[in-house]
Amino acid sequence: MSFFRASNLCLSFGGIRAVQDVSFEVEKGEVFSIIGPNGAGKTTVFNLISQFYDLDSGSLHLGETDLGKLQAHDVANVGIARTFQNTELFEHETVLQNLLIGCHVNRRSGLFSELLHLPGARKQELEFRQTVEDVIDLVDLQAYRYQSIGSLSYGVRKMVEIARALCVKPRLLLLDEPASGLNPEETDDLSFWIEDISQDLGITVLMVEHDMSLVSRVSNRVLAMSEGKLITIGNPGEVQRHPEVLEAYLGQSEDAA
Amino acid sequence: MRFIFKTQYEQDISLLKHRGQLFWYGLLLAVLIAAPLFLDRFYLGEISFVFIYAIAGLGLMLLTGFTGQVSLGHAAFLAIGAYAHAYMLSKGLAFVVALPTAMILTGIVGAIVAIPALRLVGIYLAIATLAFLIIVEQIIIRWVSVTGGGRGMLVPPVEIFGLAVATPGRFFYLCLALLIVALIFVMNLLRAPSGRAMIAVRDSEIAARSMGINLAKTKATSFGISAALTGLAGALMAHHTGYISPEAFTLTISIQLLLLIVVGGLGSIHGAILGAIFVGFLPQGIALLRDTLPPAIGEVPGLEPGVFGLILILFLLFEPHGIYGQWLKVRQFFSEFPLYRRATNKRQKTYLRTERVR
Ligand SMILES: Nc1ncnc2c1ncn2[C@@H]1O[C@H](COP(=O)(O)OP(=O)(O)O)[C@@H](O)[C@H]1O
Ligand SMILES: [Mg+2]
Repeated sequence: MSFFRASNLCLSFGGIRAVQDVSFEVEKGEVFSIIGPNGAGKTTVFNLISQFYDLDSGSLHLGETDLGKLQAHDVANVGIARTFQNTELFEHETVLQNLLIGCHVNRRSGLFSELLHLPGARKQELEFRQTVEDVIDLVDLQAYRYQSIGSLSYGVRKMVEIARALCVKPRLLLLDEPASGLNPEETDDLSFWIEDISQDLGITVLMVEHDMSLVSRVSNRVLAMSEGKLITIGNPGEVQRHPEVLEAYLGQSEDAA
Repeated sequence: MRFIFKTQYEQDISLLKHRGQLFWYGLLLAVLIAAPLFLDRFYLGEISFVFIYAIAGLGLMLLTGFTGQVSLGHAAFLAIGAYAHAYMLSKGLAFVVALPTAMILTGIVGAIVAIPALRLVGIYLAIATLAFLIIVEQIIIRWVSVTGGGRGMLVPPVEIFGLAVATPGRFFYLCLALLIVALIFVMNLLRAPSGRAMIAVRDSEIAARSMGINLAKTKATSFGISAALTGLAGALMAHHTGYISPEAFTLTISIQLLLLIVVGGLGSIHGAILGAIFVGFLPQGIALLRDTLPPAIGEVPGLEPGVFGLILILFLLFEPHGIYGQWLKVRQFFSEFPLYRRATNKRQKTYLRTERVR
């Protein structure tokens, strides 16, 4: 039985069938990418996993856990963390605060001990800080620790968001277009970090991405979808050459032309 | 220019960040403790009132400034705290029992109010909390056996373990001590997961949920603690005036509290204190203004609420970071003096957040 299983996912928004009968399985330790033209339904798949929307039909499992039975705020508890396509950071706070919020799921303290700052609450703060510092070292954010999000460049924001997700200490990490808006150098760094996250931290990665060179470099397998439907799953080379995948992208560029 | 070298993570957790802060806050505290020796009863009363307002302001700051939930109903929490406390005292309960009980009761009411309010944002939440205030006003007017109805009720004097807190100096110390306790509670909360969850809810509900933050619980907690602090302020206010009636807890008071946190600086604890000083002394400022202005303007009856409203709007338009934000700019100017760049405080471009979840 695979680590993560999506079976026959279906979701419509009114008349738009955003996701139609999409199934895939992700093995533990894999980097699994989802590609497809804009509007294909990739982000919607992520939002289904996050339980922001309820499935019309189908099911989602992480190990033994049926994600459909969870509330959106319990998804992080079972070990799933994510980033957002257009970044959703806590704007008015510093990088450090954002990452500390990422540690929220791992708290043990009650309200009472927090109000009085009892030794247990203090010890936990120091542990959180250690977690945050480890993540900061991993993705090289040392220089930005005390900067507020509003003052950061887009590329750094993207990395802060990944760092925040890592503070959850997830088993499965969802990255929604992590390279969009990054310059080539930043994209290069990103590919190394994804490898570190997967190999050193042992986190399974599910990624939506348009940059095919990044996808080929880091992914074990790739899923292509278009107009809500799955086209194919395979290794990066196969999927890129798949005729229907080419057609889906071509169709889009003709539309644009 | 001050560079703070941090060598331990504890430094980021501690409430006072460096020796300088310890010195200045210590000095401020010393001056306040000495104040009853050289201030007359009028000024002691005024400053006690500022302390009380600061406690209520902290309560609303937690809810609006840190959790992003607006409330026009905070006058109701003041009222509940005041009436509950005064009623328990009149039934012979000791001050040290009545005060925390009144706080907890107000807190519970606050958390209950949060339940229907959970799905509401912005103007709808403002209207819902306003409706709550109107309901509470009506209950106070009709529940004559407890509240004395429209005639109001006398508030028994403070007595703590046999010590009568009858002089303005003693009452000043009581308010100061409770303000400090309230400050420590709120600061502790903000350096712990529950407080950070509130900030997360304020800045992005969607990201907060994906980080495992329960929106309902976080908002209810914030409402509860905010109401409890405001209830504490209400109980002290009851003692300050010695007599309470429904007229003391109207919408104007709710708006004054909003004015307080906006003028002080949303999302900062300093803001709650500075705002309280501002709002506390504003009526006197307006009174002075009345004397100097030509009678045609100075004697207009609605001058006070009008000035409040005008200041609120001006701050929202031109200085959303409030007095505390101004102070930070001034401090930065002097600390960088010859090198100060005008552009430093230009508002940063913020990235558009289109498409939210998509
Ligand atoms: N909340 C929503 N309400 C209505 N339509 C939506 C919503 N979210 C996505 N859609 C639609 O579903 C389709 C898939 O969108 P999305 O998953 O964002 O695509 P992408 O593959 O580019 O991430 C699009 O047609 C989009 O307009
Ligand atoms: Mg998308």
